[in-house]
Amino acid sequence: MTLSRRKFREALFDIQLAGPATLAMLVLIFVPAFFVGVLSFTDYLFGAATFNWVGFDNYLTLFGDETGRRAVINTLIYVAVVMPTSIVLSLAAAVGVHSVSGWSMGTANVLRTAYFMPVVATLVAMATVWQMLLHPSLGLVNQALGMINISGLQWLSDRGLVLYTLAGIGVWETVGYNMVLFMAGLVAIPKHLYDAAKIDGANHGWERFWIVTWPMLGPTTLFVLVVTATKSFRVFETVATLTNGGPGFSSDVLVFAMYREGFVYFKAGYSGAITMVFFFFVLALTLTQLRIVEKKVHYR
Amino acid sequence: MIQIDKLGKFFNKNEVLKDVSLTMPEGSFTALLGPSGCGKSTTLRIIAGLEQPTTGLVKINNRNVTELTAAERNIAMVFQSYALYPHMTVQENIILPLSMRSMTRLQRMPILDRLLPSARAQAAKNVAKANEIAEMLEISALLDRKPSELSGGQMQRVAVGRALVRDPVAFLLDEPLSNLDAKLRTQMRSEIVDLHKRTGRTFVYVTHDQDEAMSMSDRIAVFMHGKIVQVATPRELFSNPATREVAAFVGDRPINMIELDAEGSNLPSPFDGFAIDGKKIPQRIVLGIRPETLEVNKNGTIPAFLERIEYLGSEAMVTFKLDGNITLRVAIDASDELPQPGERINLALKHSAAHLFDVETGNRLNAKLVSRTQPSAVKA
Repeated sequence: MTLSRRKFREALFDIQLAGPATLAMLVLIFVPAFFVGVLSFTDYLFGAATFNWVGFDNYLTLFGDETGRRAVINTLIYVAVVMPTSIVLSLAAAVGVHSVSGWSMGTANVLRTAYFMPVVATLVAMATVWQMLLHPSLGLVNQALGMINISGLQWLSDRGLVLYTLAGIGVWETVGYNMVLFMAGLVAIPKHLYDAAKIDGANHGWERFWIVTWPMLGPTTLFVLVVTATKSFRVFETVATLTNGGPGFSSDVLVFAMYREGFVYFKAGYSGAITMVFFFFVLALTLTQLRIVEKKVHYR
Repeated sequence: MIQIDKLGKFFNKNEVLKDVSLTMPEGSFTALLGPSGCGKSTTLRIIAGLEQPTTGLVKINNRNVTELTAAERNIAMVFQSYALYPHMTVQENIILPLSMRSMTRLQRMPILDRLLPSARAQAAKNVAKANEIAEMLEISALLDRKPSELSGGQMQRVAVGRALVRDPVAFLLDEPLSNLDAKLRTQMRSEIVDLHKRTGRTFVYVTHDQDEAMSMSDRIAVFMHGKIVQVATPRELFSNPATREVAAFVGDRPINMIELDAEGSNLPSPFDGFAIDGKKIPQRIVLGIRPETLEVNKNGTIPAFLERIEYLGSEAMVTFKLDGNITLRVAIDASDELPQPGERINLALKHSAAHLFDVETGNRLNAKLVSRTQPSAVKA
């Protein structure tokens, strides 16, 4: 009797702790997401009194229509560039800064702060800085290139280039955060494993990297992968401030299309369909990564 | 043979090793013993090549290896935490030092190692060797497991296997047993001694456990505050500790240390039944008396008041209060009838008597205690 009452009290306490957040998540995320899902099968316009069921029409438009397909493909290209580049660069930076901290903590802290700057800076404000840097004639980038006799590029208005320019900014934006994550992973690697590797014949830094560092960073890498993937799927600020998806939809991406269709053209149904596709991409990517990689990174 | 010559080591501005010299003959089992922070592990790491000495040399088989990397010295090391690679199976862990040596970087590449015939042949040889070692250490059944699936004792064996697999010139063991439970520790102790006999290699064993050092090694170097204070066989270390600190560190039961004022060869009460036989006796001396060298004896010359008694099974630890507020702990045979607290009892020194140290320097005095009244009881 007393036991079950105690259990009940404990359960009540658990609910008190987890309840509010769970409730907020249900009300603010799951319920709206469900309605967005429902909307995506309608031709509902914001403010309209009625709507019609249109089945999969919105989805067919997104994948069949040239503009819609562009947004999907651009997003995938953007993720495919930003994710690996950011991870390789941030890992290299983390290993570098970590070994600098071995002989000079001060220098390492300065470097860490410098790398972390883009993470804390407001991206919209930073985008303005990028716009100035990348200005075809006045921008610092093209002027610097001019000094070594390379003709400048139309970074933000060349249809073939603009997406990669944005990807470059995306890398710049995520490297610092990923580096901090990797550095936390590096600190957690037991020193004695490096000692053992040295004794076992790993004379070169690279050998020790492959024997100890890389495998031991497995869980961190998985986390960084998931975080970077979702972050780059969500690319929006740079597109909205620098290119507006242009020129000619050549830098249009899913979230920007979602915003444009929903909040500029008020096409709630179509925008909902984009949201669902976006959601599905992120979910699929995250699940695959967790499924495939998780087994290989936690050595049990 | 491993020689270290005048090793000095600074960490930043901290001097952790001062002028440490030691020779470990071929095939010997040397223990580096000392409390934590005494520099014993640093010395081992310098021998291994994991740490560079600030001054001094390391020689292995008469070759100066101070500038060589750990791998080039071909020594094996067993770590306190075992340091197994968690992402590799037991077999891969044991093979790694072999493949790092016997295969080129190209042959070790992830896919090429399956394609190149030379790599496959060498890999097969390595696997055979690892399996052989595993069989010897009775861990064949564990070969496919990951370290996280092993118990402490099993991990210890794998670590030993990894050390053993490539026939190193010396084995360095850094507190290899301190993470094991007491029972397993005793068992692994004898296994390591067996291993030493079987391989005939030079073993250097770092420990803070004097029990381990005494029971396993044939020579012990005692470290205190970054210096070697004594190098001796276990027996010698016990019977002739070089300093007060060594005497306090060595031995199962804590030694009684009694500071006294000596007048020439005379000692004050309650030790006035003894005289000091030796030259140049300073005024302040320390008498080091092991609890097991005292006995209850009605002819004894040390009058004592029994304060407390702790029964420990085969023996009992008895705390006596002596004149001059001196506390003396005595181990007595518990099979006889035990005296009771509050009794006044006479104590006698059983054998090999007491150690004498200089209070000022802590060094052993070249002197011994002799009995005035019962010369037969004391044989120093």
